[in-house]
Amino acid sequence: MKKLLVFTKKEFYHIFRDKKTLLILFGMPIFQILIFGFAITNEINNANISIYDKSKDYQSQKLINKILSTNYFTLHSYLNSDSEIEDAFETGKVKQVIIIEPDFAEKLNKEGEANIHLVSDATDPNTGTTLINYTSSIIRIFANELNKGVIPDFVIENEIEMRYNKSLKGVYLFVPGLITVILMLVSAMMTSISLTREKEYGSMEILLASPMKPAIVIISKVIPYLLIAYTDALLILLMGKFIFGVPIVGSLPLLLAECALFVMLALSLGIFISTKAKTQQVALMVSLVGLMLPTILLSGFIFPVENMPIPLQVVASINPSRWFIIIVKDIMLKGAGLDILWQETLILLGFTLGFILLSIKNFKVRLS
Amino acid sequence: MKNNYVIEAENLTKKFGDFTAVDSISFNVNVGEIFGFLGANGAGKTTAMKMLTGLLSPTSGKATVAGFDVFTQSESIKKRIGYMSQKFSLYEDLTLYENIRFFAGIYGLNNKQIKEKANELIGRFGLEDLRNTLVGELPLGWKQKIAFSIAVIHSPDIVFLDEPTGGVDPITRRQFWEMIYETAHSGVTVFVTTHYMDEAEYCDRISMMVDGRIEALDSPAGLKKRYETDNMDEVFLKIARAK
Amino acid sequence: MRNVKFLLEKEFKQVFRNKAMLPIIFVMPIIQLLILANAATFDIKNLKLYIVDKDMSSVSRQIINKFEASPYFVLEEVSLSEKYADEAIQDSKADLYIEIPKNFEYDLVREKHAKTKIVTNAIDGTKAGLAMNYASNILNDYNVEIAHELAISTNSMPQDQLKKINVEYSNWYNEDLKYDTFMVPGILVLLVTMIGTFLSSMNIVKEKEIGTIEQINVTPIRKHEFIIGKLLPFLVIALFELALGLVVSKLVYNIPILGSIGLIFMFATAYMIVFLGIGLFISTFTTTQQQAMFLSWFVMVIFILLSGLFTPVENMPEWVQYLTYLNPIRYFIEVIRMVMLKGAGLENITFHFKMMGIFAVIFNVSAILRYKKTV
Repeated sequence: MKKLLVFTKKEFYHIFRDKKTLLILFGMPIFQILIFGFAITNEINNANISIYDKSKDYQSQKLINKILSTNYFTLHSYLNSDSEIEDAFETGKVKQVIIIEPDFAEKLNKEGEANIHLVSDATDPNTGTTLINYTSSIIRIFANELNKGVIPDFVIENEIEMRYNKSLKGVYLFVPGLITVILMLVSAMMTSISLTREKEYGSMEILLASPMKPAIVIISKVIPYLLIAYTDALLILLMGKFIFGVPIVGSLPLLLAECALFVMLALSLGIFISTKAKTQQVALMVSLVGLMLPTILLSGFIFPVENMPIPLQVVASINPSRWFIIIVKDIMLKGAGLDILWQETLILLGFTLGFILLSIKNFKVRLS
Repeated sequence: MKNNYVIEAENLTKKFGDFTAVDSISFNVNVGEIFGFLGANGAGKTTAMKMLTGLLSPTSGKATVAGFDVFTQSESIKKRIGYMSQKFSLYEDLTLYENIRFFAGIYGLNNKQIKEKANELIGRFGLEDLRNTLVGELPLGWKQKIAFSIAVIHSPDIVFLDEPTGGVDPITRRQFWEMIYETAHSGVTVFVTTHYMDEAEYCDRISMMVDGRIEALDSPAGLKKRYETDNMDEVFLKIARAK
Repeated sequence: MRNVKFLLEKEFKQVFRNKAMLPIIFVMPIIQLLILANAATFDIKNLKLYIVDKDMSSVSRQIINKFEASPYFVLEEVSLSEKYADEAIQDSKADLYIEIPKNFEYDLVREKHAKTKIVTNAIDGTKAGLAMNYASNILNDYNVEIAHELAISTNSMPQDQLKKINVEYSNWYNEDLKYDTFMVPGILVLLVTMIGTFLSSMNIVKEKEIGTIEQINVTPIRKHEFIIGKLLPFLVIALFELALGLVVSKLVYNIPILGSIGLIFMFATAYMIVFLGIGLFISTFTTTQQQAMFLSWFVMVIFILLSGLFTPVENMPEWVQYLTYLNPIRYFIEVIRMVMLKGAGLENITFHFKMMGIFAVIFNVSAILRYKKTV
């Protein structure tokens, strides 16, 4: 035990001497949660639109004013011909063109009916359809006002409840994802790289040739990363709670225990990679391409797994991060307990054991 | 005779912040001599060498190498010198021939010269079989000898060797010094740092550095005579103690 | 420039000799393009809908029909109590449910006022937002319809006095609203960028770590020659990857390339010069590959998140939208989408080119200044 302590200390010195890495290790989570918290929302702001008003009468003007009075849109330009529509989109700025047919007011008065054509830039399908939804509801309200006194404003009133995330804040969902990414990054990537580096420099052989047990050598190397990873996770939780008001509905001890389990998993995965990789560069690229991208993209962090094609859902299922994100989200936002999450927890346990066994097997092979 | 000196240094100084690594050293190196820089680790040998090769710019003082000023003409100096650093620095993932070709190429040899030099060098070591072997797979002793040969492939005026025999076995060290002699005989000046005192015996003249200063500069025989001893270790100990 | 030739020869040999790196450079991107484009999808069409119909009236039946007809929803269950629907949300079996309360039709006809409730599972934000939008749109449309009917049936107004605005809409450039059409070009940018930043910064740092850089520094190779020799191979590799990626996106995803391919490559070259400069800049700050990699990663993550690749720039607050003008990735993402999907020409992206020029100068000049040949 004493040896372990000595070695762990040595490892800590190494890490703390490297100020740049340290700065990144603690700066990264802080920076990222600030970006997610402040910069990324689920609401559209200031989308550029162009208006092609073929009628230019008092009604069309009223409607345009109404549309532009919201925060959703910023007027990019008024168009004067059909050919300009395409040009407007090609500049890349304009996301929607609103075309008001000629004699808008007159038609409304005489025929009681008028037409508006919305053209959206659907290269981004969701933004495109969301903008159409926004515009059509503004137009609907406008039409209702025209009929004021004739029929009631709202006969059907929609009460909307966003369950688990009342104001639909992006940061609620990013906190669980970010914890996962950071834990994976620090634990798996850092350990795999630092162990591979020792291998590359040959210092691993020296350590292993010493009377130290191999397990102790490895454990002493990973303990500092374990602590750093855990500190990062706490940092994210605290910032989420106190800066952005992200709730922790469920049990905090359970959440912390699950985090500890995931850190163990990531560390054992890191050790496993290091038993396979020969050089740092390989370890880096494997961690990056093989670990980080799946953790971000195949985990449900940003993109829902259920939307993916079946083969990818299968791939996502062998990605431990996927299960961990479910656990964190459910504990933090739904207040779920172990009675609901026991399956996911068992899966994580299984992965951890699996990676440890694989590492031990590889390790032995390498030494013999 | 100014022209006989290939290196002239006058009060050359390098400070890193408050720390003076090289403290106002002055010396001249003759054409074709083997000039040794001796001293313990941290005595300032490598720093001095880095200033002369243009890797570091001096804080103050004057120095010329091959007739060029180290302050203003370091790019011209680089064309006239060879260098072999403390860390082994051939590309391990290139073959023997590719390493030769690369370094010869950037020293301005044309393709015909590159081929001739490569054949000559490979032939001299009898390494024809290993021509297309990755350098990383060669034993350390060979790597060092090859690194040296490559450092002089462009027939420089001076070659700087920074602790070239660190970590190699005595036999290889011996062979290595034979190569140095051969090179010096062909008219190339050799500037070598080492902390092996026995190697000092191989040099024409040596300067002893202690804490950034040159404490003694003479031929090995001259130094032994002055300090009344018959081996260089004693000389060094006496100089260090006198300090 | 002769030196550059020898440097290039050396770099290419080293890259192609590294058996472990080759698959990473050439195969991984393709696999990623295949996986990412399918994974990175907010393609939200089949929202799982539960309806709690406590009214069981003709009106509630009509509402259910409206939802059934919508392409966005899959009606999973209609139940009588919300207990069942609540559970479905809890287990993520439902994305949303609509509750139609008891006496809905009665209230509507008698009181001219009735309430529905939309409950979305906001554990997934984007989905919840869209679900809420789609659902309230359907209900609001129905609202207008029923209001008109009521007004007419109660004879309070003759039909021709009611005013109605018909909204017709079209989705240009991506009529089928396919998400991969949107994502694939962006992923191409991501791949090219990663190769540029990571490989180039790590490559130089590797020479530092091994010590060969010192050897290079005493040779007559000039700073700019060394840098060109280091960057050019990665520029070539990155452009090759782009070509490979374009082929995959055409063959596998059938993504249209309306604009000029030459223009894309021209912009990619300018863009790569910027990113190689960033990689180089990073390498001047770092001494180990581990550091280089972390710094690259850090910079990349921030750039990617604020690039509009995954989350549209329009979804950011105004001040952040201005900040994104400082983000080189944003420009290439915009350009590649504009040129490929909308057929934009050079005249539409001159601003982007100018910005690339400015970035390229800033990063490369500061990198070269910082890269001290005197170690």
